Amino acid sequence: MRVELDEPKCVAAGQCVMASPEVFDQRDDDGVAILLEEQPADELLDGVREAVAICPAAAIRLVDQ
Amino acid sequence: MAETLAGAASDAAEAMPEFPMPRAAGCPFAPPPAVEELREQNPISKVRIWDGSTPWIVTGHALQRALLTDPRVSANDKSPGSFPFVTAYRREIAKYTPELIVNTDAPEHTRLRRMVNAPFIIKRIEAMRAPIQKIVDGLIDDMLAGPNPADLLTALALPVPSLVISELLGVPYADHEFFQENSSLALDRAAAPEDSRAASTALSTYLDDLLGKKLTDPGDDVLSEMAGRVEAGEMSRSEAVHMGVAMLIAGHETTATMISLGTLVLLENPEQLALVRDSGDPKVVAGAVEELLRYLSIVQVGLRRVATEDIEIGGQVIRAGDGLIMDVHAANWDPETFPGADQVDVTRPARQHNAFGYGPHQCLGQSLARLELQVVYGTLYRRVPTLRLAARVEDLAFDHSGTTYGVASLPVTW
Repeated sequence: MRVELDEPKCVAAGQCVMASPEVFDQRDDDGVAILLEEQPADELLDGVREAVAICPAAAIRLVDQ
Repeated sequence: MAETLAGAASDAAEAMPEFPMPRAAGCPFAPPPAVEELREQNPISKVRIWDGSTPWIVTGHALQRALLTDPRVSANDKSPGSFPFVTAYRREIAKYTPELIVNTDAPEHTRLRRMVNAPFIIKRIEAMRAPIQKIVDGLIDDMLAGPNPADLLTALALPVPSLVISELLGVPYADHEFFQENSSLALDRAAAPEDSRAASTALSTYLDDLLGKKLTDPGDDVLSEMAGRVEAGEMSRSEAVHMGVAMLIAGHETTATMISLGTLVLLENPEQLALVRDSGDPKVVAGAVEELLRYLSIVQVGLRRVATEDIEIGGQVIRAGDGLIMDVHAANWDPETFPGADQVDVTRPARQHNAFGYGPHQCLGQSLARLELQVVYGTLYRRVPTLRLAARVEDLAFDHSGTTYGVASLPVTW
């Protein structure tokens, strides 16, 4: 599974960092999300799925590949 | 035929429900029954508000999420059409209010929001956990050493957010009575417009003065950070002052109410309180915070928007210029998303609630609010296991006229 982050859509609410701190971080100056792991290990996928579900900008996708 | 139609239309106009609606007596936590009825019958329908206009009211959870992320739905109250203002005062000041994160759309909103996000990013908020724990412990020490019964609102619920937001912004806590009083007046729908105006002006003058001081003598706080951006030409002084006032107001009553009413809900549901109190797991406490945010959904006037284009959704056509009210309480009690929504269940996955809104305008301070609530709920009941209400629920003075719901005082004993 691959994570896609649509950065221009990001509203920097930080929800992804709360749901999945291993996969997401935020830029210090404006809070915009940073993708740390494009292909996270299986045990991290539940957190990523939660991030997808709660992102207020619908800016995260988890795609099969 | 035309007559019949016209007759039906005017009947519909007469029958159109007035918003906001009253809560049912004896049900202090439930959304008004008329709002729940609207959601069951048609999760997107129309209501009449104070100025006679008839905006759409969106009460379904999924519909609300779709519309709050729809670029054809605007938060700009200067957009053409019938923006559904909460009060006459809000309509009046809209003309003079500069562009802020609350009243702009992308791309302007994106620029403004990214300028104020830094203090609220997760790692900076998380770094405040220990200082907030210290504040909460100190206030509980004072409460336990003072008279019993006590008012939880003045002993804990109000001072926690006041102390935290003062420290974050760099506002002297000694002035907290001044800004508590004025924040409350500025948001009260029952207040006379001139009183709300005077309160807002007093807060702006105060913040402008403080910003001036931070320009010459900066500290390690958000107001100093904004002063730096003003100096760098990234932000105007007026924008910085309005943002400061907004943060001061937004961070106050909301968190205080979640502390007082959240505690009341738990005291009324002892088995739920036991789950929060007896669990050493921070995840259980964090889950309880989400569930209480969902259950209480304290923003009681809804989120206000206006359509900039025609939108077909939920079997209806919203026309460009139509006003929209997103009733978050109704959406957070939508049984399609939250089965058994009228029951508080701290173990339920409640994280998808719209209590902080949804879409690009989702609450800027939500992570700070969550942290404050996690520390309070995780500490108060554990340290004061005999905590109980020192009044009858039916005798409590609930606030039905504020932007957010609340209670005037919460007498507790232990």
